[in-house]
Amino acid sequence: MIRYIRRAAALCLVLLAALLVNAARVMVFEAEELDDNPANRRIAIDRYAEPRGEIVVDGKPVTGSRDSGQQLRWERTYRQGPLYAPVTGYASQTYGTTLVEHAEDSVLGGTDPMLAPLPLWNDLTRGRQPGGDVLTTVRAPMQEAAYRGLDGKRGAVVAIEPSSGRILALVSSPSYDPGVLSGTGRKVKDSWKRLNSSPNQPMLNRALRSTYPPGSTFKIVTAAAALDAGVVRDVDAPTDTPDPFVLPGTRQVLPNEAKGCGDASLAYAIQWSCNTVMAGLGVEVGLAGMVDAVERFGFNDTGLRVPSWVAKSNFDRAMSPDQLAQSSIGQFDTTATPLQMAMVASAVANHGEIARPYLVDRTTTSGGTTVDRTGRRTYRQAMTPSTAVQLQRLMVKAVEEGTGTNAAIPGARVGGKTGTAQHGFGNTGTPYAWFIAWAQAEGTAQPAVAVAVVVEDAEASRTDISGGGSAAPIARRVMEEALRLEAEARG
Amino acid sequence: MTTPRTDAPPPGVRIPKRRGVELSLLVCAVLISVSGYAAVGLARSGAVPPDAARYGAGLGLLALVAHLAVRFRAPYADPLLLPIAVLLNGLGLVLIYRLDLETPNDQAAATQLVWSTLGVALFIVVVLLLRDHRTLQGYAYVSVAAALALMILPIFFPAVNGAKIWIRIGGLSFQPGEFAKILLAVFFAAYLAANRNALAYTGRRIWKFQFPTGRVLGPIVAIWLLSVGVLVLERDLGTSLLFFGLFVIMLYVATGRTGWIAVGLVLASAGAFLVGSLEPHVHSRVEDWLDPFASIRAGEGPGQLAQSLFAFAAGGMLGTGLGLGHSVLIGFAVKSDFILATAGEELGLVGLTALFLLYALLVARGYRAGLSLRDPFGRLLAIGLASIVALQVFVIAGGVMGLIPLTGMAMPFLAQGGSSVVTNWVIVALLIRVSDSARAPQPDSADTGTLAPVREDTPFREGAS
Repeated sequence: MIRYIRRAAALCLVLLAALLVNAARVMVFEAEELDDNPANRRIAIDRYAEPRGEIVVDGKPVTGSRDSGQQLRWERTYRQGPLYAPVTGYASQTYGTTLVEHAEDSVLGGTDPMLAPLPLWNDLTRGRQPGGDVLTTVRAPMQEAAYRGLDGKRGAVVAIEPSSGRILALVSSPSYDPGVLSGTGRKVKDSWKRLNSSPNQPMLNRALRSTYPPGSTFKIVTAAAALDAGVVRDVDAPTDTPDPFVLPGTRQVLPNEAKGCGDASLAYAIQWSCNTVMAGLGVEVGLAGMVDAVERFGFNDTGLRVPSWVAKSNFDRAMSPDQLAQSSIGQFDTTATPLQMAMVASAVANHGEIARPYLVDRTTTSGGTTVDRTGRRTYRQAMTPSTAVQLQRLMVKAVEEGTGTNAAIPGARVGGKTGTAQHGFGNTGTPYAWFIAWAQAEGTAQPAVAVAVVVEDAEASRTDISGGGSAAPIARRVMEEALRLEAEARG
Repeated sequence: MTTPRTDAPPPGVRIPKRRGVELSLLVCAVLISVSGYAAVGLARSGAVPPDAARYGAGLGLLALVAHLAVRFRAPYADPLLLPIAVLLNGLGLVLIYRLDLETPNDQAAATQLVWSTLGVALFIVVVLLLRDHRTLQGYAYVSVAAALALMILPIFFPAVNGAKIWIRIGGLSFQPGEFAKILLAVFFAAYLAANRNALAYTGRRIWKFQFPTGRVLGPIVAIWLLSVGVLVLERDLGTSLLFFGLFVIMLYVATGRTGWIAVGLVLASAGAFLVGSLEPHVHSRVEDWLDPFASIRAGEGPGQLAQSLFAFAAGGMLGTGLGLGHSVLIGFAVKSDFILATAGEELGLVGLTALFLLYALLVARGYRAGLSLRDPFGRLLAIGLASIVALQVFVIAGGVMGLIPLTGMAMPFLAQGGSSVVTNWVIVALLIRVSDSARAPQPDSADTGTLAPVREDTPFREGAS
């Protein structure tokens, strides 16, 4: 009998081995796959088991956390939600995350292995760290000035520090409170439905994700292309363009809103926004030259991240000469995000170089130790430094005694360019009022801020002045704040 | 059959009793359980549960009383059996308490503690009253009658969760089938011990197999078929699988005929296939086993087995820590059938392996007692009882981890369930009893003269009592 007992015992040993091997299979080898199964609620539960880290503006958190006592426990709250919604985005148990909440989710949620003191050990134990903080580049006074300036009108404001690429203000209006999307349940779903069906599209981030025809503000790009290509050697020399201008290959006539544009100089054309001159220069530069020049500003780039993705600004690569002429004054298929136009102003202000724009200065652990820092990086050299110097002069002229006088700031050097973009079938839509500008305090080495403002429902008449009328004052207030902050920092 | 036997070792030979070892292991078992209890409290609310001391004192008292009973009446018993049982029961209470925190409407730990106390009480009763395991041999037919009665009884009570295996009286529910396991093991052991020569050496030879005569084989097959039939009626497939495995193992150990195992496996496979394809309840479980994630793809969310696999995967190598897992997502049956998932999630592969090894040690100690015993009945009883534990652990652990189709059964000592805890305590009591006989110094047959030396292959007299 002993032999058979031993054999039965061996059978039990086989069963034990089968259990252990199977346990190792499920718990180690297939664990990752099972953990990542979308039906596995653990990911969501763990994710919200601890308060998220904070998003910080100007040293103060603009986010918070509330213990809901639910399975997905900690819900996000927002201080001044509508003001910072285009920066933070939302973090919702039901609808996921967007913008910085999305781009820096691993830090905020505490899953980033860099947050752990011993990353490798952490990987083994799959431990979770308290959520880290995200420090943004946004300056609260500028953000508030821009938001107040738009005053609920549909539009967007982007302000950049030209030398570094730091995004100082990022406003989209009308906005919403991302806090209403935190949590689960009926109320959240209702808020989502309401926000999505609102005709004002409050959840649309107009600063990064909306593209508008840039209108006359695009003339800065065309001017840079003409100067760099050598089509214009002297900005004050006549350009030999007729007024009115017949679009090449058609009998369609391009009019001017301004007077005295016939045969005007580039300087005059920027100062008073002559369509005919700029259309002619664009055609003279040629399609290849124009495409090359605009792409150096960032048009047609689908890969820009700040760290949230940015919509592509468009300039067609294949066009007939008449389309090219229209595109050269920011019409036809040419579209740009407010961020893109702020980068154009920034290029002029920063010797032709565009610093890569960024919104997150650094991320830290909950204890304040820096995890990652976004450094200054060059994005593109949009134009030669000498072209930039010439364009600075022309933009200053436009503010001093041109279309952009509403942006003038006493005691500062301000350069700007207005724009009014026609859109809709037969240009029947309400035009978009644009203003791009930069400002430099007296006695400083370089401009402190570059800004782009777009207002969708410009009330003023359909002239170039509406860009100066609706958008320029907002840009001025934002720039004033920037100069004040700069002066404060200098002491 | 009662045999006079001296409990004292023969002069000159001192066999270590190892009761001190048992006591210190018991202290460890209680300490580990109390630490687990404290860990749950620390993880959940940052403080040791206020009743941790009471819990420790209660468990310690149970362990101490059981230890004294063993010391008094089974001084040579295997010193590992009782500590393992206390540790498993203690850990089970911790896990149930931990899950209670998530399910405020279903507080089970207190009830489980009452049942555990009852289990230990029965353990003591068995150890005190049953002086010699061979007494049981005389009650073979009483056992089988009682087993069948217990198994048939629930048919007259309403079904719970699709299975008619419960008796509900007042607020208490009891699963009599659990206790039938022991009775059936006693019967199998007695019958096979008495008839093993006839089963092994007589009968017709067909091709390579020697079949015993129907007169010998008939009754036991009939009993087995009857019990399995009743269980199928009651939809208690886990237990029918257990009975089948128990029957085959004991038959094999008694006769040494590999053919039986082959025949048994063929029959079992055929039966399993038939039941699996015809019975909808079982069919769905087989489907679930083959593809645990089908319901997720169908958009109906994860089923219990998928949730269980998620829980095990979440545990990984070291586990989330007691109190920090989410195995409550498994839903209903998380404290009974699926309690191992909580162990896996919160203690990790390391903790689960330790648990499996505890069970393996318990089984191995049973087998060891079987090997050391001289009488075939004792041997078969020890093997049968140990195999019950082994099979239960394999069937339930394999089920909740996707190794085999899921059958509702209770993890010994760990799972919520009064009848299961009580039954397992009785199993341990019987193992204590047989291990005591196995390790006790053998009385010199020349001195006593009443007991013939029992040698290997000596046929045992049938029905002696």
